[in-house]
Amino acid sequence: MAGEIDVVQTLATTVAAGTPVLYATLGEILTERSGVLNLGLEGMMLVGGMAGFAATAVTGNVFIGVLVSLAAGAALALIHAFFACSIGVNQVVSGLSLTLVGTGIAAYFGRSLVGQPAADSFQTIKIPVLSDLPVVGPILFSQNLFVYFSFLLVPALYFFIYRTRPGLNLRAVGENPATADAQGISVVGTRYLYTMLGGALVGMGGASISLGSNPNWQENITAGRGWIAVGLVIFALWNPWRALVGAYLFGGLEALQFSLQVAGVPISSYFLRMLPYLLTIAALVFTQWRLKDQAGRASSAAPSGLGLFYLRRERG
Amino acid sequence: MSLKQRAAKELEIQKKLVGLPPRQIYPSTAFLAIITPILSILVALLIAALILFVSGRDAIFILSEIFRTSFIQNFAETVVKAIPLILAALGVALAFRARLWNIGAEGQFYGGVLASTGLALSFPNLPALVIIPLMVAGGLLGGALWGLLPGLLRAKLEVNEIISSLMLNYVALLLTDYLIFGPWKDPEGRNFPVTATFSDESRLPTLVEGTRIHFGLVFAIVAAGLVWLLVGRTKWGFELKVMGDNLKAARYAGINISRNIIIAFLLSGALAGLAGMSEVTGVAGRLQQNISPGYGYTAIIIAWLARLNPWAIIMVAILFGGLVSSGFTMQRVGVSSGLVTLLQGILLFCVLGGESLYRRLLYQAALRRSNLTKES
Repeated sequence: MAGEIDVVQTLATTVAAGTPVLYATLGEILTERSGVLNLGLEGMMLVGGMAGFAATAVTGNVFIGVLVSLAAGAALALIHAFFACSIGVNQVVSGLSLTLVGTGIAAYFGRSLVGQPAADSFQTIKIPVLSDLPVVGPILFSQNLFVYFSFLLVPALYFFIYRTRPGLNLRAVGENPATADAQGISVVGTRYLYTMLGGALVGMGGASISLGSNPNWQENITAGRGWIAVGLVIFALWNPWRALVGAYLFGGLEALQFSLQVAGVPISSYFLRMLPYLLTIAALVFTQWRLKDQAGRASSAAPSGLGLFYLRRERG
Repeated sequence: MSLKQRAAKELEIQKKLVGLPPRQIYPSTAFLAIITPILSILVALLIAALILFVSGRDAIFILSEIFRTSFIQNFAETVVKAIPLILAALGVALAFRARLWNIGAEGQFYGGVLASTGLALSFPNLPALVIIPLMVAGGLLGGALWGLLPGLLRAKLEVNEIISSLMLNYVALLLTDYLIFGPWKDPEGRNFPVTATFSDESRLPTLVEGTRIHFGLVFAIVAAGLVWLLVGRTKWGFELKVMGDNLKAARYAGINISRNIIIAFLLSGALAGLAGMSEVTGVAGRLQQNISPGYGYTAIIIAWLARLNPWAIIMVAILFGGLVSSGFTMQRVGVSSGLVTLLQGILLFCVLGGESLYRRLLYQAALRRSNLTKES
């Protein structure tokens, strides 16, 4: 072996590389909790990343870029919400269409951005005192704002979903829309809201690549991370804390492949780059296998109303 | 009691319990089948024109130029692109029939490409009568192998097949890149990532003189006939349909669900693999990067728009063949080929929306009618 693997550096890269996937996974958890299955993550991430990058290029302000990426993700999710919740098309097919539309929009409108250096991007901010801690400091407290915000978002979402009244309503709509409806909760309204909020987070996930971990723009910059996030939602059993674990597992593999290459390990980079995709399959197998004795396996943990169109049936 | 009767009885019980028949994947009205796609395509074109207009392009010129080149001037090229699309879409449709979401046709396509390329490079001296059937078998097997894992995992562990089949697409692409940048790179190729050109014996013969339309078209049409027979005229095809309509009913009827899932994925992958084989030996004659401009993904849309009907798949595939081959035209007029992807997505949304709105209107009309009869 030509060099050695810097463990601390690898772990720091793990956190940085896992963050975009973490945002996408959290967004999809929020959406799926309301009973809407949105498979368009790849498209929303790409559009979010492209729009954020473009807005930053025009205004020179990264924060406006982030706002635009949130809006872009939410806008695409709105299309899905309309098709899934208002007219009740098959949500799998609608999500696939959204992937195509998003990929197409990002490629079509992003063409002139390819190869441009980012006008501005989120730099590493060392948090005083904390970043001086050994090991933990460089791993957790020498990152960019996207990473820090995700540290806050995970517990916040967990608290929101499990410990608040709106979170309870959200879960009710996802688990049993008819009952939620009878309780006076607007099923369609709730689903629209969380599909769009989820989409906004996914869009920001895209921006956390193009304005954060890899500040430039190229076609298919996400390289399947949106789809990996869809898989991680199942691995996470719709729980934000477990999403963090899943996302960092993914990030760890990315960091490791980078470190192994730097260390000069003689494994073709093509095979190393396959690992995240194979890991996603392995994570799903693990999830299903562990729940082997439960009826329906992971589907028993999924919101019962997931992917089903809710139409209030008036009986006269 | 025969299987058919048992399944029908189960559906009857379901109807009584739920009050409505289980949701069908495809609506049946003949009128709906013809008018919705046409209207939807028009709406989709309108949206595409709007997008072009907003980004400051001459929308009418670009769209008419695409139509002219793809469907009049270079129609043969459109048919060439339709061949892999038909084969892959047939495979996807077969799995969709049982509500198995095989999103991995792209990877299975590459499975077929890699197997047949391996054979062509290993046996450059075999006569066509030996190497071509060998490559057909290789293509089918390569694709089936790539479809096996998602099928197996879904059947045995209920692992979500959407994710597993899709992840394998990326793996297949990376494996292809590894091979053409590494062991399979043409030593005389001036360092381009391409394999050596196949021997003439291992090329699929041209079907129409003066065009690139190759023997794969025969594969595609024969495959459409076989899928039609298999799905519509055999017990196994009926089992798939029952599984798709109502998995519980299928289980009660004693259908071997996990075996059928695996077979459906194997066949689905094999058809995509054959698409890959015919593309690499019929058109390119060597393996190069991006040999598929996303055929496997487009196939999903085609299967859906054709309502899983094999003959309709041929028609819709030709339409999309035109769209795929227009990528070159778009480059010529200076539009990003991302527009092709965008247009495909918009089309799918429009058709989905058109169908659902129409069904909703029918439903509401029926509801009103039943209310009226109650009041009178």
